[in-house]
Amino acid sequence: MVNAIEVSDISKQFVLRHTRSIKEAVVWLAKGRKGDLSEKFHALKNVSVEVRTGETVALLGLNGSGKSTLLKHISGVMLPDSGTVRTRGRVAGLIEVGAGFHPDLSGRDNVFLNGAILGMTEQQVKDRFDEIVEFSEIGQFIDTEVKFYSSGMYLRLAFSVAVHTDPEVFLIDEILAVGDEPFQRKCIDKIQELARDGKTLVVVSHDLDLVSRICDRGILLEHGNVTFDGPIHEAVSILRA
Amino acid sequence: MSASSPAELTSPGHGGGLRDIRQSRFLLKLLVRKELKVRYRGSVLGLLWSYVKPGVQFIVFYIALGVFLGLERSPRNPEGLPNYAVYLFSGIVLINFFSEALGNASRSIVNNGNLIKKIYLPRELFPVASVWVSAVHFFPQLVVLVAGCLLAGWHPNVFQLLAAVAGFAIVGLLATGLGLLFGSANVYFRDSENLVDMLLMVATWASPVMYAWSMVEEKLGAAWFAVYQANPITIGVELFHYAFWFPTTDGTTAMPPNLFTLWTPLGLVIALAVVILGQYTFRRLEGRFAQEL
Ligand SMILES: Nc1ncnc2c1ncn2[C@@H]1O[C@H](COP(=O)(O)OP(=O)(O)O)[C@@H](O)[C@H]1O
Ligand SMILES: [Mg+2]
Repeated sequence: MVNAIEVSDISKQFVLRHTRSIKEAVVWLAKGRKGDLSEKFHALKNVSVEVRTGETVALLGLNGSGKSTLLKHISGVMLPDSGTVRTRGRVAGLIEVGAGFHPDLSGRDNVFLNGAILGMTEQQVKDRFDEIVEFSEIGQFIDTEVKFYSSGMYLRLAFSVAVHTDPEVFLIDEILAVGDEPFQRKCIDKIQELARDGKTLVVVSHDLDLVSRICDRGILLEHGNVTFDGPIHEAVSILRA
Repeated sequence: MSASSPAELTSPGHGGGLRDIRQSRFLLKLLVRKELKVRYRGSVLGLLWSYVKPGVQFIVFYIALGVFLGLERSPRNPEGLPNYAVYLFSGIVLINFFSEALGNASRSIVNNGNLIKKIYLPRELFPVASVWVSAVHFFPQLVVLVAGCLLAGWHPNVFQLLAAVAGFAIVGLLATGLGLLFGSANVYFRDSENLVDMLLMVATWASPVMYAWSMVEEKLGAAWFAVYQANPITIGVELFHYAFWFPTTDGTTAMPPNLFTLWTPLGLVIALAVVILGQYTFRRLEGRFAQEL
C-alpha cells in the first residue's frame, strides 16, 4: 500500500499577541531589538504522520490541541514553518460545512459554485447534480435562495456537494455534530461507504463512539504534539481515562 | 477518478500563480457570475444601473467642465476641444473600469477571507475575478460611448479600433498587477485599501481625461511631460481618445507625439512589469493568508 498523506516533522508557530502599536515597536527598536516583538506559541510541534491509501484515521484531542491546524496543513490552506507535507491525489476538506456558500444565491447556483470550489469540473457537476440534490433531500427548494434554508437544509446540501466531489482523500472536521438524527445517520452511512470504497479518511470529531465506528486508527494530539498513534479503541480509552 | 489512480505525491498549498487560473476557468466564470448576480439582486433596473451611473456622471461633468468652465470649442472659445462630450466620456469609461477593477481587486482577498481560511484554491482567482467583473460593467459604458460617437459622426479605421483594444489591455493588465499587489498587502495592512482609494482619486486627474495633453506639455516642459506620458493610464486614455474621439473631429487636433512608436509599447511593458511584480509579491505573501485573515 502507498501513502496518501506524508506529514514529516512539521512545526507551526502562531503569534499569540500582535504588537501593532507603533509606540511599542519604537521602544523595541530603541532597545536594540531585544526580545521578540510578539509572543509566539507552537500550534504544531515536530508532527509526523503517515497515512496509507484507504486508511481511516481519527484525530483526537482537546479543544485547541491543533487538530484543525493539522488538517489545514494537509489540505494546503496553511504552510508549515518547517518540515514537509505531501499528499497523493485530490484532497477535499470538509473543514467547515458551507464554506463558500453564498446566502444570496439559490441552492442550484451554490451547488455549482461550491462544486467548482472543491475542484469539480463543469461536466462533473452537471453529471452529478441530480444525485447531489437527491442525497440532500432539498427537493423543490433547490431554486430558493440559500438564506431561506434552515440550518439543517443548508448542512445537507453542503455535505451532499462535498461527498460527491469524489476525491481520493477526505478531511472531515467536526461537521457531523450538526444536522438532525436521520440525516446524520445518512451522512455516517455515506462516510462508511466511502471508507469501504477505499477512500482515505481523516476525521475530527468529539463523538468518540462515532469515530470508533468509522475509523481504524486514532491519533492523539496534545498542545501540538502527537502523544499517541495506534488502534482507535486504545486511543479512545486513553482519552476516556 | 478512481481511488487507485497512481497519482504522484505532491506538496499541497504551493500554487502555480496566475497559470493556475487556466485550469480553474470554470470556477473563475462562476465567481464572476456570482459577483454580478449578488450585486444586482433585488434591484429593479439591474444591469441598467451600469448605464445610468456613468451617463449621469458624464452629463454632470460635461455641463460643469465643458459649458461652465468653457472647455468645449465654440465661436467664443476657439481654444476649446471639439466634441468635448465624446472626449470626456471616452476617458471616463476607461478610468471607471480601472477604478472599479483595482478597488475591488484590492479588497477581494480580505472579502473572501472566510473561504481562503478554509479551502485551498488558487487565490489569484479573486483579484482576477474582480477585474473580469469590472470588464463586464465596462461593456454597457462602451455601448453608450459608441452611441455618442456615432451621433457625433464617428468613422474609425481598423488601426483606430486596434488602438482601443491596446488601451483597454494596458489598463486591464495594470489593474490586475496592482490588484494582486494591494490585494495581498491588504491582508497584512488594512491601510492598503485607503492607499488605493487615494491613488484612484489621483489617477483621474493625472491623466488627460478632463483636459487636453497639450496643456500639460505647455506647463511641465519636455522632461516632466515624458514622466507624465509614461503613466500607463495616460497612454490608455490617449489611445481611447485616438479611437473614439479623434475620428469624430476634423482630424486637425494633434495627438501626443510618438504615441504608437514609443508610448504604447512602453505602456504595455510597464503594465506587464507591474503584473510580474504583483504576482511576485502575491506569491511571497499568500503562504500566510490563511492564518492572518
Ligand atoms: N490563525 C491563527 N492565528 C493564531 N492562532 C491560531 C490560529 N489558528 C489557530 N490558532 C490557535 O492554535 C491552537 C490550535 O488550534 P486548532 O488547530 O484550531 O485546535 P483544535 O482544532 O484542536 O481545537 C489554538 O490555541 C488556536 O487558538
Ligand atoms: Mg478545530
